[in-house]
Amino acid sequence: MMSTNEEGTKDKKTVKQFLKKETAFFELPLSIKSRVALLLAVASLIPAFLFPLWNMSFYSNQYTDGLQMHIYVYQLEGGKTHDRDDLREINSLNHYIGMRPLLESDFSEFGWIPFAIGGLMLLTLRAAVLGKMSNVVDVFVLFTYFGLYSLWSFYHRLYTYGHNLDPLAAIKVKPFTPPVFGEKVIANFTVYSYPDIASYALFAFSFLVLLGIFLSRKSK
Amino acid sequence: MKTKRTQWTWISIGILFVFAISLVLMSCRQKPKVAARAGAAEAAIATYVAPGDLDEYYLFYSGGHSGQIFVAGMPSMRHLATIPVFSPYPSTGYGFDKETKAMLGGFNWGDAHHPSLSETNGDYDGRWLFVSDNANNRMARIDLRDFKTKQILGPISNVSGNHCSSFVTPNTEYVLAGSRFSVPLPKGSYSGIENYATTYKGIVAGIKVDPNTGEMNLGWEVMMPPFDYDLGDAGKGVSDGWGFWSSYNSERATGKLEVTATQKDRDYIAAVNWHAAEKAIADGNFKMVGGTKVIDPKDAPGVVYLIPCGKSPHGVDVSPDGKYIVGSGKLASITTVFNMEKVLTAIQNKDFKGDEDGIPVLNYDHVKDAEVNVGLGPLHTQFDDKGFAYTSLFVESAIAKWKLGTWEVVDKIPVTYNIGHLAAAGGDTMHPDGRYLVALNKLSHGRHLNVGPSQPESSQLIDITGEKMRLLYDAFTEPEPHYAQVIKADKLHPIEVYTKEENKDPNAIWDVKDASVKATGSDVTVKMLAVRSSFEPNKIEVNQGDRVTIYLTNIEQTTDELHGLGLSEYNINVVVDPGETKTIEFVADKPGVYPYYCTNFCSALHQEMQGYLLVKPKS
Repeated sequence: MMSTNEEGTKDKKTVKQFLKKETAFFELPLSIKSRVALLLAVASLIPAFLFPLWNMSFYSNQYTDGLQMHIYVYQLEGGKTHDRDDLREINSLNHYIGMRPLLESDFSEFGWIPFAIGGLMLLTLRAAVLGKMSNVVDVFVLFTYFGLYSLWSFYHRLYTYGHNLDPLAAIKVKPFTPPVFGEKVIANFTVYSYPDIASYALFAFSFLVLLGIFLSRKSK
Repeated sequence: MKTKRTQWTWISIGILFVFAISLVLMSCRQKPKVAARAGAAEAAIATYVAPGDLDEYYLFYSGGHSGQIFVAGMPSMRHLATIPVFSPYPSTGYGFDKETKAMLGGFNWGDAHHPSLSETNGDYDGRWLFVSDNANNRMARIDLRDFKTKQILGPISNVSGNHCSSFVTPNTEYVLAGSRFSVPLPKGSYSGIENYATTYKGIVAGIKVDPNTGEMNLGWEVMMPPFDYDLGDAGKGVSDGWGFWSSYNSERATGKLEVTATQKDRDYIAAVNWHAAEKAIADGNFKMVGGTKVIDPKDAPGVVYLIPCGKSPHGVDVSPDGKYIVGSGKLASITTVFNMEKVLTAIQNKDFKGDEDGIPVLNYDHVKDAEVNVGLGPLHTQFDDKGFAYTSLFVESAIAKWKLGTWEVVDKIPVTYNIGHLAAAGGDTMHPDGRYLVALNKLSHGRHLNVGPSQPESSQLIDITGEKMRLLYDAFTEPEPHYAQVIKADKLHPIEVYTKEENKDPNAIWDVKDASVKATGSDVTVKMLAVRSSFEPNKIEVNQGDRVTIYLTNIEQTTDELHGLGLSEYNINVVVDPGETKTIEFVADKPGVYPYYCTNFCSALHQEMQGYLLVKPKS
């Protein structure tokens, strides 16, 4: 009994100490270097609006150059050459297996993702200006949540498209999920799905935010 | 100081890490390797026919909605000639003279779908080429002695959309025909589309061919449920005496068939015992429909059976020994092989699982030997001399090579792009040659110089002598070959001139002194000859409104000395081959002076080969 009580007190002490330490950590001021890293982080998000987030390409004997689909944070774009509109082509082909056409208007993500990224940029700027560790941690946590949710949402989209096939389709295929990352053979197509520059920008952002935390991790 | 260095080390590592991850991700973005153009030199030699040398094979392509047949040499794939069949063709004057105009029967086009060479004992005999017209339900016969269309039968009564045609029986007893688009019968009768399933009828038919002259006549027709009869083949060997037709839309659906006709997992192959059909006709066991003897399967058991076949089959192809019937479900990924012996046993034992409008349906599992996993969208199968089958895969854009008996797919070759039919040398006979295979592709995008949005069709020559198929050559044709026949060149013995002796036209003249213009009332008859470098007569005087008939004979007896007669602003151009006579008829309704001249360059004085039609105006 005694010993338990003693241990309990000890635990309380440890927890208190830990919380104190943590609170102290969150209260840390940001060094100039950290603030610069955060400003760079904000800048690193600019390409996220300019370049595709993800690319999917579809190769077959008929399309040795591959049909291209670029997913931006705000739009869906097919590869376009003077004589081919890839998104239209992908939708024409998908209709045989009863897949819903990929329509930009069906993706609510294109509305909220740019908004979320803009919000993150503002929060990061705020953290750089206010110069407090807790603000940076907030940004990082929010960003991680945003990143994971977006990935899940992307996967869920693909799953839904591949699993809600029109039962009246001319060609019946087993429901499937197009690949989120990597290579997959679907009917006569080999599909490749890989992140692109906007994703690298998001990745660089998270690194720079972590760097901001890292550079001010100890009180001077 | 030390802390600072450690700090920067960590930052550097971090930056490197970001780069590394990005690089790894980017390097993951692999793309398929573009097939190397290996073996180009070998392929070039294999297809090169030196100047002055001749090709080894004739390739007869159907010309689709051009209404023509294209002739190429193989392996060079050079286009040699176009044989007009269902459409007028000024190049040869086809459809401008009285005889060919009558043959075209007022139609300006046809949809030449499937050519079939005549056979003796199951092999090509090089006598005739038959070709079906999917649009206007006709069947044509080309004589390979002179490469000319000699007969167009039809529109064939009751047949609507003659697509599942023109496959010949082993001794050219019959050419198969049938309906792709079921309609109320006889044609011309009316029934609302809502009555499709019950009042619309399909037809499968055998067109009887005279063994000596090749003259076609309607043999028998069988009334069928309103499915869409798509392709066919005649039995041989074990299956001799049978005709096979694939069908889709066993749903008996209407409207948007892309959806409504693709719901069942199995459609049917119709198997007709044509000896039984002949007997039914001989026994008077038929109805007269549209002026034709039509067998109703309900009244004539034993004539037709239905074999269930995987989804919306296109090709139904009989193996060289006649034992296997290969049905390719174009919406499936398998080709189904039926065993004719099992089919015959099932029929004998009345092993049926039901019926469609009184036609017994066989049990799929009892007559099938194998489902071959050939790939996506199998359409059509050809055979070689070593027991292999070659199936075109439309969706996959490839050809699968597989072994009869073991049903093992041993090779696959991509084609560019979307192959429809394929044609092997003798590939549908009892003794295939097995050397070459031609892929008849629907899309050719990017494989040739850009010629604008109307793109040519692509035909690819493939060497099938080795274990692996080998692409040799890309050739291009105008729209649109649906099927082709490949025959060894030495099986044909075409003429080059019509001899004077064989010209039986009573209006032919062979001497300038016989040239004449005779008027009887308002009928003007001209007997004209063409020879290097003049027309005799070189002037024709008529009165406006006269009916003019010109009998034009090319009296040349030398190879390649063709003459043409083009009559300005009268829309006439007739070409006569050496020794040939053609009849030109028109009404001289426009007054004035109209030159006629030789359209087919003939000699140094070709330009001088001209004359005048003088039409005196009505006073």
